[in-house]
Amino acid sequence: MTTEVLPPSLAEIVDDFAAVSPRDRLEMLLEFSQSLPPLPERYAEHPERLESVPECQSPLFVATEVADDGTVQIFADAPQESPTTRGFAGIFHAGLNGLPAEAVLAVPGDITAYLSLTDVVSPLRLRGAAALLGRVQRQVREQLTA
Amino acid sequence: MALPHDTDPKLAEYAHPEKLVTTDWLAEHLDDPNLVVVESDEDILLYETGHIPGSVKVDWHTELNDQLTRDYLDAAGFAELMSRKGIGRDTTVVFYGDKSNWWAAYALWVFSLFGHPDVRLLDGGRAKWQAEHRPMTTDAPDRATSDYPLVERDDARIRAFRDEVREHLGKPLVDVRSSDEFTGKLLHMANYPQEGTLRGGHIPGAKSVPWARAANEDGTFKSRAELEALYQGEIGLASTDDVVVYCRIGERSSHTWFALTHLLGFDSVRNYDGSWTEWGNAVRMPIEREVEAPE
Repeated sequence: MTTEVLPPSLAEIVDDFAAVSPRDRLEMLLEFSQSLPPLPERYAEHPERLESVPECQSPLFVATEVADDGTVQIFADAPQESPTTRGFAGIFHAGLNGLPAEAVLAVPGDITAYLSLTDVVSPLRLRGAAALLGRVQRQVREQLTA
Repeated sequence: MALPHDTDPKLAEYAHPEKLVTTDWLAEHLDDPNLVVVESDEDILLYETGHIPGSVKVDWHTELNDQLTRDYLDAAGFAELMSRKGIGRDTTVVFYGDKSNWWAAYALWVFSLFGHPDVRLLDGGRAKWQAEHRPMTTDAPDRATSDYPLVERDDARIRAFRDEVREHLGKPLVDVRSSDEFTGKLLHMANYPQEGTLRGGHIPGAKSVPWARAANEDGTFKSRAELEALYQGEIGLASTDDVVVYCRIGERSSHTWFALTHLLGFDSVRNYDGSWTEWGNAVRMPIEREVEAPE
């Protein structure tokens, strides 16, 4: 699938996944799970400010902030024993954090179809990842119209 | 040579105590060459973050399923998998995993389709092993490949197919999904279809016992008396009943299949692995909604 519709930072990740073998894709996903930054104090100490993503089989929580300059900050957390869930959160964080709100909203809802992971990750997990993006986008929209 | 059974007193109460081992037993036998420990997780990356030393990973999604037909491996595929994992026909296999052993029980059930003689579950699974600060490693296991015979899968005893379930209507059926999935509420959530099925609800006549009710907080199985109170007491099953269990794709119901078959000694329990993803989508299959709302 063409990645022209994606922001360059996310397109690069998509291309990286496509370039390696299925086994290495899992390794990459694991690396993204390890690169997900810890929550800042204002969320770590107030988990109620994060939105739950029940579509994921494992607990996943996300908050999104649109700064005055219109850029998006994404904060996500999932248990260490859920590396796949953390991995998807890590991909979205690496690919979308700091982008303008319009760019985040423009990411297609079927983003997981771009990720070359359908052979190695179950459909339910991919739906969970898509739901994470859906919630990030909805949070951004709500803040733009607030 | 199969390994000795775990003589732990809690396990001794179960109908088939030889099907479970404690973390103590496993720690003691970990270096036995006739033992292979298999980790099978819901989260397919978990093994890579650390596993019981020497254990091999079995990925339910890519290794137990045929990749073209919705079915399990055939005899040749299973023999090849076993050979690759270093498991012989006389090897004792102990399964463990995350989520109170959902997928470990599922893998054990698939091995049982091939009649692998000695399969056991680690009571409490991965979480208990870790909670006890027992050793974990990221080192890849170093096992020689094995010779495994071609054994035909025997689906008749412990697996149910859609048409058989339809014939079975009126007889005991246990739906082990969450309450919201059972009543059909879950698919009604605005904007977020969750399970990939067209309709929410359950197979007519099914009794709801969410799988996790068979497990303690620490992931171990409840005691025999507690399990009897649940399955024989609360929903009135008898150990001589012909029972079908199901969930979404047959993974959580493998946990309940294990409890009914090996811990309570039921004669005939079949796991319907087509489960809700098949029944809930299939043309002309009747369903029920929101009856007997469970706890």
